[in-house]
Amino acid sequence: MTNPATTATPPTPPPTSVVDERMARVSLLTKLLRRPELGALLAAAAIGLFFAVTTDEFGTLDGAANWTDVASTLGIPAVAVALLMIGGEFDLSAGVMTGTAGLFMGILATEVGMDMWPAILLTLVAAAAVGFINGYMVVRTKLPSFIVTLATFFVLQGVNLGVTKSITGTVRVDGLADVNGYDSAFNLLGGSFSSYDYRVSVLWWVGITILATWVLARTRAGNWIFGVGGDAVAARNIGVPVSRVKIALFMTTAVCAALAGIMVALRLASVQASQGVGDEFNYIIAAVVGGCLLTGGFGSAVGAALGALIIGMAFIGIQFSGWNTDWRYLFLGVILLIAVLVNNFVRRSAEGARK
Amino acid sequence: MTAGAPLLEIEHVSKYFGNVIALNDVSTTVEDGQVTCVLGDNGAGKSTFIKILSGVHRRDEGEIRMAGERVDFASPREAKEAGIATVFQDLATVPLMSIWRNFFLGSEPTRGVGPLRRIDVDDAKRTMREEMRRMGIDVRDPDQPVGTLSGGERQAVAIARAIHFGARVLILDEPTSALGVKQSGIVLRYIVQARERGVGVIFISHNPHHAYPVGDRFVILNRGKLQGSWKRGEISRDELVQMMAGGAELDELTHELEQELQKSQ
Repeated sequence: MTNPATTATPPTPPPTSVVDERMARVSLLTKLLRRPELGALLAAAAIGLFFAVTTDEFGTLDGAANWTDVASTLGIPAVAVALLMIGGEFDLSAGVMTGTAGLFMGILATEVGMDMWPAILLTLVAAAAVGFINGYMVVRTKLPSFIVTLATFFVLQGVNLGVTKSITGTVRVDGLADVNGYDSAFNLLGGSFSSYDYRVSVLWWVGITILATWVLARTRAGNWIFGVGGDAVAARNIGVPVSRVKIALFMTTAVCAALAGIMVALRLASVQASQGVGDEFNYIIAAVVGGCLLTGGFGSAVGAALGALIIGMAFIGIQFSGWNTDWRYLFLGVILLIAVLVNNFVRRSAEGARK
Repeated sequence: MTAGAPLLEIEHVSKYFGNVIALNDVSTTVEDGQVTCVLGDNGAGKSTFIKILSGVHRRDEGEIRMAGERVDFASPREAKEAGIATVFQDLATVPLMSIWRNFFLGSEPTRGVGPLRRIDVDDAKRTMREEMRRMGIDVRDPDQPVGTLSGGERQAVAIARAIHFGARVLILDEPTSALGVKQSGIVLRYIVQARERGVGVIFISHNPHHAYPVGDRFVILNRGKLQGSWKRGEISRDELVQMMAGGAELDELTHELEQELQKSQ
């Protein structure tokens, strides 16, 4: 029994090996098709190529600075949302969380008078607390996370508007640039680098994607995330702490969304109370386009990052093409539909193909 | 530990749910390297019986001894730690995960320390292949999703995993009931493999044809009661089928049907 793909393992011939003729040889194609992010990679290449050919700016380093900027602020929460979706849950409050985080940090810094860094730290802790509440409610009530986080979405939206108005008298928080420590925070989280003005958020995005990929592929936590999302009962039966994994995923999502919100707030030195509303759908689209199944148990962080890249390229590409930017929604709808159809096909071939 | 004591002794165990007697005065033993088949029709008390052994329910009366020592499991986890592993029919593996990830789910081997602590993937794949090979399966591709395996092979992954993680008693809950004839045969072979490796197997089934070829001891439950217990050789296949079908009840039914036929003629 030799197989070129598996000769790396020591060939100790089994005494009573039953050769199973139904086990197929693994071709490169099978291996590729098993990767959730393959579709997103092809789509990203096609869309990038299309706009690079049809517009002048898109393919330049200056143009790339534009679309990677959009992709990075979407991509940081999208990668976390992907982990959550692989774990079998949803978070509709992630978009509005970016606004909440920016406002919370802004009010701590400008109204309470805290320095920038302590305000940022406290904001991340508060976001983790919101994530914990989301997760705890989902785990304890066993309600769909869709409905629980929809409630959180409205609560946060109400708080964003109500609290901001009652404190500042307007629907925005201004004057972040005058706060002590703003410059260092801006350089690390909101600024840009190189002569083409690439946003520093791009580095964060890439870093978080690499970290999430490593966690998924190589850590116990990653194995548990796949198990919890794939079959929570089976995972619990063999000793995976299902509730803890899910709560941790909700917390990660909230913290990543808050990080993106803080970056946007620092960049603009002000925050709108309506910031982030609607972005939750972009995160979910990015994750799904990147190969995450809506039913959990399958997907990748790189895929979600590529999904965010596709959205970023489309938004900026449509702008560069001089088309009406309203078309971006049509684009999002079409790409989402295609992704769901492809994912559905992939899952059916991976799960229960034979009984 | 008492020398020479059987691996698992179940004595006069009863379980009540309210005023329903789910299990009434059931006794049997499981020895190392032997298969104890628990047979019975639906509602006979089979699942109550295994749930008591696997720590899901607590018994109301009777005694369970493991290697001579009295045990009392408060949770499935305690039973597992004592070496009793239960493989539930459909709830054993995660279909979308690869074979090696399923095999080690919840007990992943790691290397490195602190934030660099990571799964030892090579070790995991190698160990899984070795364990599966000992069951007689040559896994060519450890990354293959479990969902693409056949029903019998999926059971094999769960059985091999339970044995690898130190199960001394392996409870298989109706492992063949959802499978075709060929696949059932494959699972029965895995049961024999487990037995040969010294594990005490409790094989729950409602099919005497599956139990007879592999069993060392046969226990028939009927309406929560022990209907009978035989060692291999003390009962023939036909007798087992007869007992399963309700014995006297079946004779009576045959008699009645014959009378009906005579009347109609």
